[in-house]
This record gives sequence, structure tokens and C-alpha cells, in this order.
Amino acid sequence: MEQAEKHPSYLQHHFADMAQQTDAAKLGMWVFLVTEVLLFGGLFGFYTFFRAWYPEMFMEAHKYLDVTMGTTNTFVLITSSLTMALAIRAMQLGKKKQTIAYLAGTLFFAAVFLVIKYFEYSHKFHMGMLPGKFYTFEGIQAANPHIFFSVYFTMTGLHGIHVIIGMIIITWVMIRTMRDEFSPEYYNPIELTGLYWHLVDLIWIFLFPLLYLIG
Amino acid sequence: MSVATTANYLNAEKGIKSWLFTLDHKRIGLMYLFAVMTSFFLGGVFALLIRLELLHPGQDFFTADTYNQLFTLHGAVMIFLFIIPAIPAALGNFVLPLMLGAKDVAFPRLNLASFYIYVVGALFALYSIVAGAVDTGWTFYTPYSTTTSTSVISMTMGAFILGFSSIFTGVNFIATIHKMRAPGMTWFKMPLMVWALYATSIIQVLATPVLGITLLLLVIERTVGIGIFDPAMGGDPVLFQHFFWFYSHPAVYIMVLPGMGIISELVATFSKKKIFGYKLIAYSSLGIALISFLVWGHHMFTSGQSEFSSMVFSFLTFFVGIPSGIKMFNWLATMYKGRITFEAPMLYTIAFMFLFAIGGFTGIMLGAISIDIHMHDTYFVVAHFHYTMMGGTVIAFLGGLHYWWPKIWGRMYNEKLAKVAWAFIFVGFNVTFFTQFFLGSQGMPRRYYNYLDQYQPLHMYSTYGSWMLGVGFLIMAYYLIYSIYKGPKAPNNPWGALSMEWQTTSPPIQHNFEDQPVLEHEPYDYDTRMVVNDELIKKEDVKEKEDINV
Amino acid sequence: MDPNGSLIFPSQVSTIAPEVDALFDFILYLSIIFFILVVGGTFYFAWKYRKKGEDTFTKDLSHNNMLEVLWTVIPTILVFIIFVWGFKSYMKMTIPPDTSMEIKVTGQKWFWTFNYAEGATTTNELVVPVNQPVRLLMSSNDVIHSFYVPNFRTKMDVLPNRYTQLWFEATETGEYNLFCTEYCGKGHSEMIGKVKVLARADYDAWLAGAGNAGANMKPEEFGAKLYKDKACFTCHSIDGSPLVGPSFKGIFGRTEKMTDGSEITADENYIRESILEPQAKVVQGFQPIMPTYQGVLKDEEIDALIAYFKTLK
Repeated sequence: MEQAEKHPSYLQHHFADMAQQTDAAKLGMWVFLVTEVLLFGGLFGFYTFFRAWYPEMFMEAHKYLDVTMGTTNTFVLITSSLTMALAIRAMQLGKKKQTIAYLAGTLFFAAVFLVIKYFEYSHKFHMGMLPGKFYTFEGIQAANPHIFFSVYFTMTGLHGIHVIIGMIIITWVMIRTMRDEFSPEYYNPIELTGLYWHLVDLIWIFLFPLLYLIG
Repeated sequence: MSVATTANYLNAEKGIKSWLFTLDHKRIGLMYLFAVMTSFFLGGVFALLIRLELLHPGQDFFTADTYNQLFTLHGAVMIFLFIIPAIPAALGNFVLPLMLGAKDVAFPRLNLASFYIYVVGALFALYSIVAGAVDTGWTFYTPYSTTTSTSVISMTMGAFILGFSSIFTGVNFIATIHKMRAPGMTWFKMPLMVWALYATSIIQVLATPVLGITLLLLVIERTVGIGIFDPAMGGDPVLFQHFFWFYSHPAVYIMVLPGMGIISELVATFSKKKIFGYKLIAYSSLGIALISFLVWGHHMFTSGQSEFSSMVFSFLTFFVGIPSGIKMFNWLATMYKGRITFEAPMLYTIAFMFLFAIGGFTGIMLGAISIDIHMHDTYFVVAHFHYTMMGGTVIAFLGGLHYWWPKIWGRMYNEKLAKVAWAFIFVGFNVTFFTQFFLGSQGMPRRYYNYLDQYQPLHMYSTYGSWMLGVGFLIMAYYLIYSIYKGPKAPNNPWGALSMEWQTTSPPIQHNFEDQPVLEHEPYDYDTRMVVNDELIKKEDVKEKEDINV
Repeated sequence: MDPNGSLIFPSQVSTIAPEVDALFDFILYLSIIFFILVVGGTFYFAWKYRKKGEDTFTKDLSHNNMLEVLWTVIPTILVFIIFVWGFKSYMKMTIPPDTSMEIKVTGQKWFWTFNYAEGATTTNELVVPVNQPVRLLMSSNDVIHSFYVPNFRTKMDVLPNRYTQLWFEATETGEYNLFCTEYCGKGHSEMIGKVKVLARADYDAWLAGAGNAGANMKPEEFGAKLYKDKACFTCHSIDGSPLVGPSFKGIFGRTEKMTDGSEITADENYIRESILEPQAKVVQGFQPIMPTYQGVLKDEEIDALIAYFKTLK
């Protein structure tokens, strides 16, 4: 059982050493992030086509988005990215309590983002600015304004789902932190969660100007 | 079921749970194999029913609606459930870590997850049959797919979910190939099958999400009517085609690249020759993967896209043909001055060369825009993609299946029956599909349930051919299943191959290798190494002996 | 197969057809040469280098730069020639000459309608003069269709949200098949029409008479002709078997249950309404998918159809 001594509990049996496991996990995560980028890339593609076909409509319709709320949300998410990075830093230094606090902070900001989004959505619902065939708002003169809101709701909706998934994963690594599963030698899951969370933020940073700040 | 005396991955753990929750890439590969073979059987039955209806013009066995559902199911099942996962997820899962000298793939849990995601996706797809089968064709073209009354949602959701399974396999393989190679195995000492799987994984990871989002939008379009594909609401149905083919053209290389990888292995092993132009074959796989993203518009020469786009797409299409041609020449050159034997895998290799050449040449014809205008959506296209997908990928898959079968089960199949089945499949395939080239060039449109009398003779031969194919596959099913239970015990290295998967036992032990293997010779060093009765003979040693004797 | 055609192609009846076939033949001959080279080579090597006797080491032939460059460069040059050739013919196909006459084409489930500038309207029968460039301006009323005439080697999708165009110049008189090649549902394989190519004089005579077709016919005969010409038969049989829609056999005076539960006896007004507003009342067991014939059928044509239905006992 010499093998067992060399193998700490968090090193999976099929890897030769920690470096191999960490590298593989990181590479895997980066590749997965690429697929996420392409998933949203598809949506950005649709956005581009429709904006090119209906430029005036996009100009007019985007004015009905709340720039204040959007800007606030942008700052909220950037802050959450910061707390996420600080959580990783804290675990590198072996400060468990700080790590938990920063992860909780990240969760808090994510929740704030969703609450603000909820107010934005409910306002749109109330005004009848719904996607596609449910669109009833009459304040926009240009043709096919429902397309803008179809695009808006699909893009921000899919992003919102990613925020929720991110919150679930953050909660999971937080519980694992509480259970003392991580140490300065092994904190890979937190780091990978961080990578994912930064991507979620990054996508918002593209969504925000493209939807809220046209023209 | 196994009489093998040594412990191996098949008998190490017992009980249904040890299979359902296994993290062993070999067992997951086998579960995939079982699933894709079931799908292949289903898709094959649909195909036979389609051919049966087309035996005579007019309504014989099915109504137009049933026929439309049959060809949709045939396409969707064969593509999403069989051919995309067949080589990477089933065979690739089994052999990739073995070829790299690794204990497992990088992420075993993700591997199992991807299998169950496949199962869930398959259930969605099959549920659509019960819920009023889809009749859109596997391409789901809008606006037909957004207006038909059939269960498009469950089928597209199925394809969407299957996409994730494919992405996870791709992510897993990329990380495995980068990080899990045995000591000494540099990039250019990997077997070419690994290069092919690597190129395939890149396409899976890059293209699948775009199809995912497109299908998701189609589902949202049908459920809440967002209007982006609906011409009445300012949307554009042709946009769907662009996004669909942006995935689905690279996807044909997801299907065929691993097949080419298998052929590279087989041609070297059964010619006992160093593969010719290793680097060119490896680079051409990557070349195909990259160019494949830039040719989707060649499915749309008649869709009203601009002449300029058509020109660019036609131009690029020819350049995706070149790397495939290069591989053909390299395989041919590998056989030169070899020491060729003709077991079933080699017969499939020869069949592949024959059929894929025809598939490739007709592809060049279709790449020329003016000819494609005439041939588009006729049986010529149907015949062309069956020659590449079935004559190429499926034939390579069968070659690989026979090649690795002794490694998988530790049993040999019946070589004589295998040759008989091969003959039925090879002849049956050509009778079924060569006739369809003529049907197509004579103007017979595809997806026709009924047709003009003038096309009847060729349709009849095509149907007869499909029966021969059916017989071939039945024979194969018989001797393969028989061999699992009663086949003679297989040696560790029945073909005398030099890549790493043959250096462990047949079937492999649970963790693949007793000790971490180290690369001692390259996978195709047949000029200095040979394996006779599981024993490695080195040229140096033979020479020394001869010198001593002299 | 087309008795006037070759083994591979139906007969060439448009100005572009010989060009398409010539390129095809060029690629075909190249393919045969390469097929013999590669696949013939495979068989030859397989036989020549088959294992004879004992196992031996094989030669170390790992690559040959000259050969590999050759079989990369030669095919590249060849496909480049093919590309240029194919694209040139394609440009000829896409740009209609200024002298073209124009016909409006409408595709819908599952028939074609052709509107002539002179006022004539035909269904599933495109009549054109020989040796005259014809430009078709096409659109669809529902899903995507595709207009394909094998003898002309020409094809173009017909879209619901924009016009597409296609042009051809027929070179021989006769009747040629017209297919829909974009899958469009249940009646896709019945969406077959004819292209009738007439000599100039015949065409002019036809066009003059097309406006008042049926003038010299009994109403029920004219109705029978319309049943065929307007493709009613695609969905409605006259032998009692239900197709996409109910059969016309004995339709007049028949009492049918509607999807809303009411019962209606088919009289002149009901039939007229069903032709012009098909979705107003739908017989139980059938789907509300019939397109309207408003603008396609004139009043006297509807009268003729009703007269014809009365004869179908």
C-alpha cells in the first residue's frame, strides 16, 4: 500500500499526481467555458442579424430598458467577481472563515442581481413588452418591436439561468469549505467555480451595452 | 458468462449496480455501445420500412404521414443517437485511455454523466414517437417545423440534451489527450486514432453549443412564439438554416473523422507497415476540423443566399475535400510493400477505401455550384451522404468493432461468418445506394413518399439492396453475440498491433495496466518491431542472434 | 427514365443544361481516373503484398515529400478548375437576360400557381414559349417549397417572406416534370406539375384563350377539367377514399359532422364558402389546412366545379 501514502484523499486514483489532476481539471474547465462562449455566441449571432435588419426598431425599443437598473446590476456583478477572487485568495492563504465570508458575499451580490432583474422583468410584463406573440405594448412605432424583446428575454433569461446555476455551485463549494475539504494544497473546485463565475459576469458585460446602450 | 480465470474489468465487480454506477471508461464505453447498437437497430428498421414503401409508387403499406415520420425518425435516430456517439463515445471511450496508457479518462464522473444525459436525450427523442411522431425531417427546417402539429418539441429537446452529452465527451477527451498520455508519448507518437478523436472533440466542443442554442430557440419559438423564425412576425426562416448547418456541417466531420482514425489504425496493423505520412494525416484531421466550420452554406445554394456567399462556400468546400483525399493516398501508400492479411477489419478497410472514394468524388460534384443546383435535394445527395456516412463512418465503425472486439470481450468472433456478413453488407450497400445516384441525377426528389412510374425500376433495386444489407447485419448480430458467450478465448494481441491498448490483457484488467506503461516504441514501428503470439520481437535482437549463429 | 435522356441525365431542354452536364462529365471522367488509381491501387497492393509465408519486418517507408506534395497540389489545382467552371455556369444561371418575360409563381401546400402579366392564371401547369428567356418571380404562401425542373437543370427555393427568382430558356417544345424539392409535409410528393413548352405561335394562341378557358365547354366538363388543373385531386379523391381532405364522391347533398359538432348538408353556398374560406367550417376528422382559393378561382369556375360535384354520385 505504498501507493496510498502517495495518494492524498483528494487525489483521484487515475491521476499520477496532484499537478496532473489540477492541470486536467483546469483545462477541462477552460474548454467548457469555450462551449459556453459559443452557446452565447450563437445568441449574439442572432442579435447581430436582427439588429442589422431592424436598426431603427432596435434604437427605439432599447429606450424602454432601464439603464439605471442595468448599470447597477453591472456594478453588482463586478463586485461579486471581486469577492469571488478574494475567496480564492483567502483559501490560498488557508483562511477558512474569510473564504466562507467572501463566498457568502458573492452569493449575496448574485441574489441582488436577480432581485433587480426581477423588478425589470415584472415592469416589462406589466407594460406588455413581452416576447413574440404575447407582445401587446403599443408605444413603439417601428416595425416588429416584439423581436427586440424576444432577443432581450432570451439573452438575459439564459444569462439569468447561468447566474442561478452559479449560485448553486457556489453554495456547494461553500458547504465543502465548511466541511474542511479544502486547504492551501487543494482548493481547485473553488478556483474552477471562480472561473465559471467570471465568465457569467463577462457575458453580462457584453449583454449590457448591446441591449441597454445602443446608439 | 466469462470463463476467464484472471480478474478483468468485466468480472471484477458484479451486479447491475456495479454497471449503472461504474466510473470505469471501459464499462461506460460498453454501455454506450449497447445504447448505440440499439439505436442503430431501430434506425435500421425505420430504413427498411422506408425502402419497403418505396418498392412501388403509390401507397402500399403506410400513409404519407407515417412515411414522413419514418424518414424523420430514421434520420434523427441514426444521426443523433447512433452515428455521432458511435465511434467517439462507444469505441473511443473504450480505447482512448488504453491507447494513451492511462488508467481512465480525465473526468470519469463527467463521463458517466454524459452517458446518462445521452439516455435522457434518447428518451425525449423516443417519447416523440408516442406523442405523435415528428414529421419535419431531421433538419427541422422552419417554418414547417414551427407550424406542423406533430411533437417537434420533445424531439428537438432530445437533440438539445444529446448535444450536452456530446460536449461533455469532447471536453473529457481533450483534457485526457492533453494531460493523460503515458511517459514518452509525445504528440507525434500518439496513434492516429487519438489525433482523430482530438480533432473530433474540438468540433464537438465548438459546434454543438451553436446547434444547442438554435434548437432551444426553435423550442421557444414553438412554445411562446418569439417570432424570430416566423416570417409573419418579421423573423426569418432561412436564418434557422444558417445556424443549423453551422453545426450540422462540422457535425458530419464529427461523424467521419473518428472513422478515418480507425482506418489509419487498421491499414497499418493489417499491412504491418509504418503508416505513410503520419504528420500529414494528423494535420489533415485538424485541417478538416477547422475548414469544416466555414462550409455550411453549401447546403444552401438554392436557398436564396447571395451569389457571393455561394461562391465563397463553394470555394471552401473544395478545400475541405483535399485533406480527405490526402488521407486516401497515404493509406494506399501504407499498403505498398506491406505484409497484408485479410481478417474482417482489413476487409472493412478495403470496403471503406472503395465506398469513401465514391462518396468523396460525388462530393466534389456537389461542391460545384452549377451541378449542385440540379442535384440539391434529390436522391443524388441522399446517395452521396450515405456513401460518406454509411460507406465511410459505419463501415469504419464496423472495422473498429471487429478489431477491438477481442480486446473488449476477450473472445474471438467467427471469422468465416464475419466474411460472409461483410460480403452481404458490401454488395447490399452498393445495390441500395449506387442506384440512388441515377435516381437523383434523373431528377427524383428526396423525401418523396410517392413517385412517378419512370423511377420504379431503380427504386426496386434499391429496396432489394436494403434487404441484402439487413441480412448482412443479422448475420453479424448473430456471430458477435454468440462470440461473447461461446467464442474462443482471444490472445492479448490477436492482430500483432503495436499500439498500447494491445499491451494489456484481453479483456483488460480493471485499471487497464499493471504498472504505468512507458512508451518504448511508436505505434507503427513495424520496420523494427513485430508481435508474434503475444510476444514482442525486436529487430536488434533478431540481428544479434543471427550474428551469433553466423 | 426519360427516353430522350442519357443514362445519367434527363434530356437537355434549357440553354444552361449542356453546360451543367459538361462539367459533370468532366468531374466524372476525373473521378474514374482517380478511382482506378486509388481503389484499383488498393486492390492491386492488397494482392501483390499479401502475406506470403513467415512474418517479417517491413520496410521503413514513413514519408516521401515529393509524393505527398504531388498528391496535395494536383488535386488542389483540379478542384480549383472545377470551382471556377461551376461558378461561371452558376452566374449564368442567376442573371436573367434583359429580354426575359416574367411570370409570377406562388407555391403553397401543395400546388403551384402561375400568374401571367396578360392576366392568365394556371395551376400546376407552367406554359412557356420555346427559345424565350423566362424569369420566374417566386414566393410561398406558407412553408418553404422549391421549384425544380430536372430537364432545365434548374432549381430555386420558394420562401414565405421574400421573393426569389429563377430564369431559364427552354430549347425544345414538349412537356416536362416540375417537382417541389423542399420537404413541405403530407402532400410534398404530390406537389408535381408540368412545364409545357410551346412554339411561339401556339403559346400566343394559348395565352389568348387562357383568359376564357371553358367558354366552349359544358359546366360539368369544365369543372372536371378544373378539378384536374387546379390540383384539387391532390387532397380530394373522387372515388370515396379520404385523402388529406374529404372525398368529392357524393359530396353534393351529403350531410357531414363539423369539428364544432354541428351538422351541415353540403349545398352550393357551403361548397362556395369551403373553397373561398376553407377554415370557416371543417369536417370532423380532417385538419384545417386547406389554403384559400380566393383570387385563384373565378366565379364561373366555382360554378363549374359545383356543377361537376353534382355529377359525382
